[in-house]
Order: sequence, then C-alpha cells, then structure tokens
Amino acid sequence: MNLKTSRLLKTVFLSEFVKSLYLAFIYIFKRRATVNYPFEKGSISPRFRGEHALRRYPDGEERCIACKLCEAVCPAQAITIEAEPRADGSRRTTRYDIDMLKCIYCGLCQESCPVDAIVQGPNFEFATETREELYYNKEKLMENGDKWEKELAHNIRVDKSFR
Amino acid sequence: MDYAIYFFNDLLKIFALVIPVLISVAMIVWVDRRVWGAVQLRKGPNVVGPFGLFQTLADALKYIFKEVIIPVRANKVIFVIAPIVTMSLALVSWAVIPFSETLVVADINVGILYIFAVSSLGVYGIIMAGWASNSKYPFLGALRSAAQMVSYEVSIGLIIINVLLCAGSLNLKDIVLAQKNIWFAIPLFPMFVIFFISALAETNRPPFDLPEAEAELVAGYQTEYSGMMYALFWLGEYANILLMCALGTILFLGGWLSPIDVYPFNAIPGPIWFIFKILLLFFLFAMVKAIVPRYRYDQLMRLGWKIFLPFSLFWVVLTSAFLYFFNLLPA
Repeated sequence: MNLKTSRLLKTVFLSEFVKSLYLAFIYIFKRRATVNYPFEKGSISPRFRGEHALRRYPDGEERCIACKLCEAVCPAQAITIEAEPRADGSRRTTRYDIDMLKCIYCGLCQESCPVDAIVQGPNFEFATETREELYYNKEKLMENGDKWEKELAHNIRVDKSFR
Repeated sequence: MDYAIYFFNDLLKIFALVIPVLISVAMIVWVDRRVWGAVQLRKGPNVVGPFGLFQTLADALKYIFKEVIIPVRANKVIFVIAPIVTMSLALVSWAVIPFSETLVVADINVGILYIFAVSSLGVYGIIMAGWASNSKYPFLGALRSAAQMVSYEVSIGLIIINVLLCAGSLNLKDIVLAQKNIWFAIPLFPMFVIFFISALAETNRPPFDLPEAEAELVAGYQTEYSGMMYALFWLGEYANILLMCALGTILFLGGWLSPIDVYPFNAIPGPIWFIFKILLLFFLFAMVKAIVPRYRYDQLMRLGWKIFLPFSLFWVVLTSAFLYFFNLLPA
C-alpha cells in the first residue's frame, strides 16, 4: 500500500483523531500537575532566594559586622549600609537598607557574607500595595530574621556541605 | 378567560423549559472547562462552590457588573440587538425538543424544519454584531462565521434528509420513536460522524472556531462587546452547542429511549436518558476542543463543500436506494 492510499485511509477513518481522543481520555485519569496555590504550595529548595533577612546569633547579638561586602558585590546596588563603632567597641551597622525593587535576587549578598548575617529566605509572598513598603530598612530585615530564623538556620545547615 | 388560562399555561411551560436550559448552559460551561483542564493535567475551576460548580454564575455576575461599552462609531441599535438575537434564537429552538413522549413545549409536525430555520437565523446575530461594531476584526470574523455556518448548514441539511428518509416524519417525536428498534447512529454511522463534525463547525467550536480565532482576529465578532452583551453571546453559543447535542441525540441516538428495552434500563425515566446522552455528546465536544488544533480557513471551506457535501449527498442517494429496493420506506 503506497503512502497516498494509507494517508487517504487515515483521513477517511479519522484514525489519528480517534487515537488522540484515546490519548486525551487516558490523560484525564493521570495525576494533576496543578498545585492549588494559596492552599497548597510547591516544595522549595533550601537554596531558594526569596525575601531577605538579617540574622542574629543564638545569644541575640546581631551577626552583621558592617564589612560592606554585600553592598560592594550587589550588582543592582540595592544595598546601602552605614556603620560606626558601638559603645562596647564593636563595629555595627546603623543603617542597613535594601531596595527590594532594585534587587534582582541573585543571592550574591548571601554568598559574600562572612558571618551568614544577610540571607535570602524561603518567603516569596511579600507583595505590598505601595512601593514605599518595599524599601526595607534594618528594622524590617531584623524582624524578618527573627520571624524566619528556624527555616533560615535549617536551610543553611542543609546547604552547608555544598558551599 | 380561556385564552388567559392558555396563555399563562404556556408561559409556565416556557419558563419550566427556559430556566433549566439556562442553568444547564451554566453547568455545561463548567463541564467544558473541567474536561478541558483534565485533559491538560490541570484541575479546572474548583474554587467557587462545590467542585467549582458555581464558577459560571460567578463569571456571569462579574459580567453583569461590568460596564457595557458601545463604540462611538458603532450602529447602536443593531449593536445592542445582535447579542439579544443570538441568545434568544439559541433558546427559541428548544421549544420543539422533546424530553420524553409527553414532555415537549410545542409538539409541531415540522419540528426539524423549525429547528433548521431558527438555527439558520442564528447567523444573523453574528453578522449584525460584526457589521454594527464598525471595526475591522469583528467584520472579518462575522464574514468568516457567516460563510462557515452557511456551508455547514448545507451538509447538515443533507444529513438530516438521511434521517428523515429512515424515519418518515418531520416531527421530532416520531423521529425518536422510529428508532425504537435500532438507533440511526448504527445504520447511518458515517452520517453521524459528519453530523458531529458539522455541528462543531455550526457552533463555532474548535477546530472550527475561526470567527473568533484570537491569534488573527482578536476575538472575531465579539471584539467590541463587553459586559453583559458579551456574556449573552457566550451564553448563546453554549445554548447552541447544547441544542446541537440534543439534536444529535434525537436524530441519531434515540432521544429519550433506553439503549436496550429490558428491565433495569427502561425503568429509568426518558428525560434522564435524554440528558445523559446529551452529556455524552457534549463530553465529546469538550474533548475535541481539548485535542485538536484550529483549521485554516481554506481547509474549512474545502472540508465543507468538497468533502462533506458530496459525501452526504451520495449517502442520501444510497439510503433512499437501499430503502426503496428493500421496500423499507416508512409508510
């Protein structure tokens, strides 16, 4: 049977259509790929680069030593740091701002940080209604750190062997 | 006084028909989206109400509260009338659809002709919409749609002649009763397939949804419509699809009759069988939407005029010759 006849027969008997109908029918019973987003969430890698946070040591002291490596490395220049010595002689930041609108979420700040102070956590649901709310200051970042400390510590621990 | 009683009686009948039809149109949209989603490994609407059943109602509510924008250069009267014509014509045909031997609003002896006439009028709604919009995409979409509906109506007409030859009546009830022994889908199987495909084209469903091919025509004749007027087109379209499913059921799948006339099957009331068959056909409609790509316009015309029309014409000759020579023509 030559090509032309077989094509004709295929067309007349709608064989490809019937085949695809069968395939589509099988797919109805397959596992859904959909995640019911606000109710269920997909799994996130420990390396996920979400909202930033400034962490503390277990004794409550802030980790950041104002080395400004993150500020230097930031390709979007989203980070602004000002620092001066504190009363006890240690060097600390007086200002640590991240413009979340400039940030490109590359993760370089976290990689450059020698004391694991600035990290990007698993949170990606920080949409706001105004731009101003996305200019994060130190207070907001520390607050994030306190809020997400459990997850952040876990992620760093899990990912340590790969760094 | 008698007239008043008749009038209100009929009005009651009409409401008893139209309201369930409208509700089932809403449900059928949901079914459509669910099936479509299921084939594509999605979930489909599942948030509003149980299993997302009220999604269509929510959508309709949204449309009602949206602003209706009438373009400045549009012909306002025709622009407003067009969706009303589409919607009401889609509903008017339901008058003659028999749900069982007694459940029918208008049991007229030319039921099939009536349906055919009304569904031919359906194209006017679209043409009016396209013309009155005074815009290029709606106009092109309307022209395409008109050509498409007219061409496929011809082959549907010939297919129906096949059924009429076998049934010997134009009354939809008699057509169903003629299928007591065997559904017409079995002896006339090729015609059933062609009817199904033509019905897809007739109702502008994929793969024949050229009038609203979004890649080329934005949204075809619906481009300039918004709010409730758009929703009316949308409802009319689905009411038409439902009607085509009902027509296919009546002509080929034995209407309200049970598949085999034995106890557990024929105990189920007729309307339930009827609705079940409509749903089955609609499921196929939805599946087709999920699996096929859109036809090119010249392919569509070729299929209609060069393949379906000659083939169904040939089949009319074949059927009548067969019935004549074997003396099977209905009295």
